[in-house]
Amino acid sequence: MKELRLMKGNEAIAEAAIRAGADAYFGYPITPQSEVIEYLMAEKPHERTGMVVLQAESEVAAINMVYGAAACGKRVMTSSSSPGISLKQEGLSYIAGAELPCLILNVVRGGPGLGTIQPSQSDYFQATKGGGHGDYRLLVLAPASVQEMYDFVKLAFDLAFKYRNPVMILSDGVIGQMMEKVEIGEQYARLTNEQIDELYPWATTGKKTGQDRRIITSLELDPGRQEKHNLKLQAKYKKMQEEEVRYESLNCEDAEYLLVAFGSSARICQKAMDLGRAQGLKIGLLRPITLYPFPSEVLNDLASKVKGILTVEMNAGQMVEDVRLAVCGKVKVEHYGRFGGMIPSPTEVLQALEQKIIGG
Amino acid sequence: MEQNFDLPEIHTPENLVYTKTKVLTDNVMHYCPGCGHGTTHRLVAEVIDEMGIQGQVIGVAPVGCSVLAYNYFDIDMQEAAHGRAPAVATGIKRVFPDKFVFTYQGDGDLAAIGTGETIHACNRGENITILFINNGIYGMTGGQMAPTTLPGMPTSTSPYGRDVKMMGNPLKITELVAMLPGTYFVTRQAVHTPALVRKAKKAIRMAFENQKLNRGVSFVEIVSNCNSGWKLPPVQAIKWLEENMLPFYPLGDIKVNGEMVSK
Amino acid sequence: MIEEIIIAGFGGQGVLSMGKILAYGGLMQGQEVSWMPSYGPEMRGGTANVTVILSDERISSPILSQFDTAIILNQQSLDKFEKSVKPGGLLLYDPNGITRHPVRTDINIYRIEAAAEAARSGMVKTFNMIVLGAFLKLKPIVKMENMEKGLAKSLPLRHHKLIPANMDAIRKGMELAEPVAVIA
Repeated sequence: MKELRLMKGNEAIAEAAIRAGADAYFGYPITPQSEVIEYLMAEKPHERTGMVVLQAESEVAAINMVYGAAACGKRVMTSSSSPGISLKQEGLSYIAGAELPCLILNVVRGGPGLGTIQPSQSDYFQATKGGGHGDYRLLVLAPASVQEMYDFVKLAFDLAFKYRNPVMILSDGVIGQMMEKVEIGEQYARLTNEQIDELYPWATTGKKTGQDRRIITSLELDPGRQEKHNLKLQAKYKKMQEEEVRYESLNCEDAEYLLVAFGSSARICQKAMDLGRAQGLKIGLLRPITLYPFPSEVLNDLASKVKGILTVEMNAGQMVEDVRLAVCGKVKVEHYGRFGGMIPSPTEVLQALEQKIIGG
Repeated sequence: MEQNFDLPEIHTPENLVYTKTKVLTDNVMHYCPGCGHGTTHRLVAEVIDEMGIQGQVIGVAPVGCSVLAYNYFDIDMQEAAHGRAPAVATGIKRVFPDKFVFTYQGDGDLAAIGTGETIHACNRGENITILFINNGIYGMTGGQMAPTTLPGMPTSTSPYGRDVKMMGNPLKITELVAMLPGTYFVTRQAVHTPALVRKAKKAIRMAFENQKLNRGVSFVEIVSNCNSGWKLPPVQAIKWLEENMLPFYPLGDIKVNGEMVSK
Repeated sequence: MIEEIIIAGFGGQGVLSMGKILAYGGLMQGQEVSWMPSYGPEMRGGTANVTVILSDERISSPILSQFDTAIILNQQSLDKFEKSVKPGGLLLYDPNGITRHPVRTDINIYRIEAAAEAARSGMVKTFNMIVLGAFLKLKPIVKMENMEKGLAKSLPLRHHKLIPANMDAIRKGMELAEPVAVIA
């Protein structure tokens, strides 16, 4: 029988990391995600699977520990919340530049600055447009349930290694702190050093006799070669756009009005949609699961069928820009947001839809 | 520019007294003539060769003059962000506890922007080797003040000499890390005379051998000269090093086998 | 079946664990459940609340502004959540420390003297289970056998010896629920 547990999103991520065969976690405590490292430490993964868990002296150190271990071909992750993720941006840029696979979890809280510890989605720009310096992208997954927090860990590692690119799970305080039913999956074995040598010839595992040394770096001083490297990265992002777009659509077939939301906002929108449908309003919901690559095509298609689109985000209007780009002016696109840790209620969302789209 | 060094009448086995270690690549080093980096690179490479660990060692290069160190060592290497090498090395060593892991860092990298990473890697007792080149100046960026710049020493950002009242004091980070329980071997060496080169090599060898013991960080500072940054010809730079750097940064072992060396 | 519940009181009253045990009970009988707490410094001695949803179908929003049931354990929470009970819904509260009592006439209002009973019996720590028992009497959405399983899942092994006492407290609470104002 499948094992079912009631878990917080943060705990589900941690359990999933052990089960996915992760080799190491490096992190630093910050609310609202400290349960990730607390759970890992309590579980003694070094005894369960040999996974390394280390509390670093800073977010900066943690992401650079990730760099070092990821460059060895290991499955490595870190987690933090918004202010800590800002600190990690230097390391993330280097990781993207050096093409290292790894998983970063951001359990977003309200900002800017120290902001609040309450849930928010105000790091959408940071997550999807690069975040640090230079032209790079993370592949960004947005879970909307505790089960997805669990499931996306294995997926994230697989994608990270497929593309040799950092993958971010962009969650928030709601998904991190809430408990839901989780179906616990199987225990995947950690790769052996021999398997790593075979699968990832780029990894620095110690130079093999008669073979070239491996160098992991993001430095290339020659502009011609640096441009070539950038073009290679861009080709990789294009491939992600072609192959990795994920979304969920609910009631879009007959929808006259479309809600677009990700993560916990999508859950709230689902309730708002149900409330609206009960009143006879034909509302649909499109939930981007990958925020980068963004599901632009399906949105463009839906824009031809609906009378208006409302994006609902716990921020001042970030994803709405990508929705507008996707829709290309075909239909009215408005944004409804709460921020600073405030969470919109389903009734509030329905009212906003009525005011801004249906009546507007 | 290609030069022909093919001199068969001289290149005979009986004339062979010294050869470049195979752990160094054939890439021409970019370091300034007379700089201590080249010598230190050679010592590290020789130790790796002599220990027979070329296939088991992973090096971490810094940001600074030795940013391209990975071009010269024929081993697997990673390039770290500025100051983060001890964290990167921690990540490597934690997933590969049986490999030999070292960082190679300058004073700005290790003792300014990377102070936190240095202190905490040392305090945790990561089983790694840290090689620290201290020449009292930022070489790569063109001679700015470093955390180890001496009082009164002119640099491009202390053009009238380091005023410690305004700019703070030079940091003796080697003495500082020796105080931490996680360091096992801490020493200060130099490479500007043949005798010192031999001593430095012994220290570097011990710093790598120690990794087999799993007792914590081995930390080797090399006090070096920066002719370009100091704006002195090599011979005068070495004289300046002996007269100014060494009195402030005295050579010798500070901590051996986990015990402080009494002076 | 879907039951949307807010449980609110002081930090330390066992609000979050009551919600967790209820949610685990739902999970044990194959339902979808969600448990969404208020979190942060307010947990430490201030007010704490948790939204618990049990449903036969996939749960949409874990955050709600209207509830089928409000379980209220202090004055601030009563002031805050009385208005959030859906018309026809249930408000269950412990009158201990309450000076301004609920006034709505379109909902069912019950009281549970859980603090008094816990003090009387000397089992102060089972206070929240007495409250939970009263709720389960009024809305028997989780079977007792599944509550017992839920308790076993939520409590760490070293506390499993306390399960019988907790079940007794739930049964006690079932006896003690009293109507205050019941709509026709």
